[in-house]
Amino acid sequence: MSDKQIGRPLGPALGPTLTRRSLFALGGAAAVTGALAACGSNTGREPTATGGATGGGGGGVTLNQWYHQYGEAGTQQAVERYAAAYKDATVKVSWKPGDYDQSTAASLLTDAGPDVFEYGNGPTIDMIKGDQVVDLTDLLGDTKDDFNPSILKRMTYDGKTYAIPQVVDMQLLVYRRSLLDKAGVTPPQTVDELLEAAKKLTQGNVKGLFLGNDGGAGLMGGPMLWSAGLDYLTDDNQFGFDDPRAATALGKLRELWEAKVLLLGAPKDWFDPSALTAGLTAMQFTGLWTFPDIKKGLADDFGVMAWPALDGSGKASVPVGAYGSCVSARSKNVDAAKKFVKYLWIDQTADQLDFATAYGFHIPSRTSLISQATTLKEGQAAEAAKLATDVGHAQSPILWTPKCSTAFGDAMNRIVKEGADPAGEIAKVKAVAEPELKRVLA
Amino acid sequence: MLGLVVFVYLPILWSVYLSFFDSYNTVTPTTFVGVGNYLDMLRDPAFRSSLLTFLAFAVFIVPTTFVLSLSAALLVARTRVMQSFFRSVFFLPTACSYVVAALIWKMSIFSGIRSGLANAVLGWFGIESIPWLSLADPPWYWLVIVTARLWLQVGFYMILFLAGIQRISPTLYEAAAIDGAEGWKVFRHITLPQLRATSTAVLLLLLINAFQAFDEFYNILSTFGTYPPYARPPLVYLYYTALGSGQDFGHGSAGAVILTLIIAVVAVVQGRILRLGDRGD
Repeated sequence: MSDKQIGRPLGPALGPTLTRRSLFALGGAAAVTGALAACGSNTGREPTATGGATGGGGGGVTLNQWYHQYGEAGTQQAVERYAAAYKDATVKVSWKPGDYDQSTAASLLTDAGPDVFEYGNGPTIDMIKGDQVVDLTDLLGDTKDDFNPSILKRMTYDGKTYAIPQVVDMQLLVYRRSLLDKAGVTPPQTVDELLEAAKKLTQGNVKGLFLGNDGGAGLMGGPMLWSAGLDYLTDDNQFGFDDPRAATALGKLRELWEAKVLLLGAPKDWFDPSALTAGLTAMQFTGLWTFPDIKKGLADDFGVMAWPALDGSGKASVPVGAYGSCVSARSKNVDAAKKFVKYLWIDQTADQLDFATAYGFHIPSRTSLISQATTLKEGQAAEAAKLATDVGHAQSPILWTPKCSTAFGDAMNRIVKEGADPAGEIAKVKAVAEPELKRVLA
Repeated sequence: MLGLVVFVYLPILWSVYLSFFDSYNTVTPTTFVGVGNYLDMLRDPAFRSSLLTFLAFAVFIVPTTFVLSLSAALLVARTRVMQSFFRSVFFLPTACSYVVAALIWKMSIFSGIRSGLANAVLGWFGIESIPWLSLADPPWYWLVIVTARLWLQVGFYMILFLAGIQRISPTLYEAAAIDGAEGWKVFRHITLPQLRATSTAVLLLLLINAFQAFDEFYNILSTFGTYPPYARPPLVYLYYTALGSGQDFGHGSAGAVILTLIIAVVAVVQGRILRLGDRGD
């Protein structure tokens, strides 16, 4: 599972699109700018904003702040407004379309990068180890306990917090009440009940459950481990699922696949609600951000629940994630940048509430603000917000590197789609993950 | 020239340099690891499997595209009516973006539900819908990828062949006709030998293209943040593990250099076999 899965889907219909040319451009640009920097040249810090905007009072200091391109209308104007209201520095907002994570990571190698930037689930462990981002622990002060605990933990390494969570997004199981009633099915409490429910709900062209077009191979690995009471890593950062229960849990996804109750090949993948609203499936694992569209399509005919526990000794769960605001260590104004991050993402609670609830459907990262969010006051949204706080799991731990994610994704694909032996596949993941853990912890 | 040095040669050399260093999140590394990154990549079963998959893919796609584009060129060259119309129709897909084509293939032609074009056609014959891109077995995803790739590429190579065919002197054909040769014999003994320079160039381009596969694969097979372990081009694998958010430039560069060497070796062998540059035409 990857960090890319959380957050507001940008151009949700398309998902990530990329061409070989742009991949090379990224690599090439990183190498070239690196080479220039090594020769003593300076690429300058001129704003290269795409649709950038200048805001703010002055104080002589100029800060560059980067955001990825959010899908919802009004978000860009909102962040520009927040920046303009800041008095202690001039904040230039850059709104970055395209492969934000990759281009930002590459820009951190150069002098042309941002001072303040958001990053999915906080900076990567390699950014932290490479001293590319600065420690923001002291900004939190006594607000520390107010932030969603699993998210804050995800942005913390070795006791130091490297990002301030902006807004929380979550994934959860959404079902159509009327279809469940018609089939005489109650919301399932265990994975086996879910399988039975999905069988009963599969009728004609309607499938019982939608876990993504890959049958949940990309999306459900984490939730299945949590359902068995396990996790990617143990508390002392050892490989966490070399366990027969993990093999059983991951094998359940194969059972769902073989029972032919999963919707596969929907035109829009799990992050879009159209499979549910168009009646292609009775239950779907999707994001909280789809609620406005689900409401539009189904009115009140839907319910929400966490991904169920494997059995009595397992736990229900929902994945949560957040973009975190980080400060680049290459910034010429680290202190001013930190001050701005504290101002916007800790002190300005009204702006945080506005950003989380006025343009789309998200949860404020500070739990004390959830009760003030009118969008989350009642109904399914209130239930969802409670699940995020109570049983939310960060999608993957900070030490779970892209290499580990790829190995795990490969294993999940083989288990779910090809029926490979889960225990054997877990052993292969372990063989990749253990040296990676050793490397990042060194 | 300066642009070429700064944007092409320097990054290539820099990448080779990086491949000998431990360079996580830096392009100015300090820890020399010798050939360690190369050994890591060659020991990595996922990278080896992507290389093997693409050797197999090249063995299939290169001759297929070659035959189809040559056939299209021969047919168009032979057409007396509306030749430029057919030429344009076949060539038009070349102007289409790989990303756009990939999304159309994925979302409208080969979507897994009944309303997808391919499944709608199957529906007329009472066949159940097939989730083309979700199944690993049988590997229907190859059908989706190969048809998208052929649609995008055949027209371009057809134009190259067409240009070659039009340069063949008509007197050769006239002489052959007088000698009583026709059909396959003419093609075998006149057209094909006369097209050798073009064929060699097309084969080389196709080969490089096969190993550099990225766009349509990534856009057809990736789901949000993951890519399945099958049909994964080496470049896509490097993107996920090293050169994307991973920023592991040492291993990534080593992988890229290995890939480049393979392309170079295969191209040289192919050139030897076809005696590239032996004599022009």
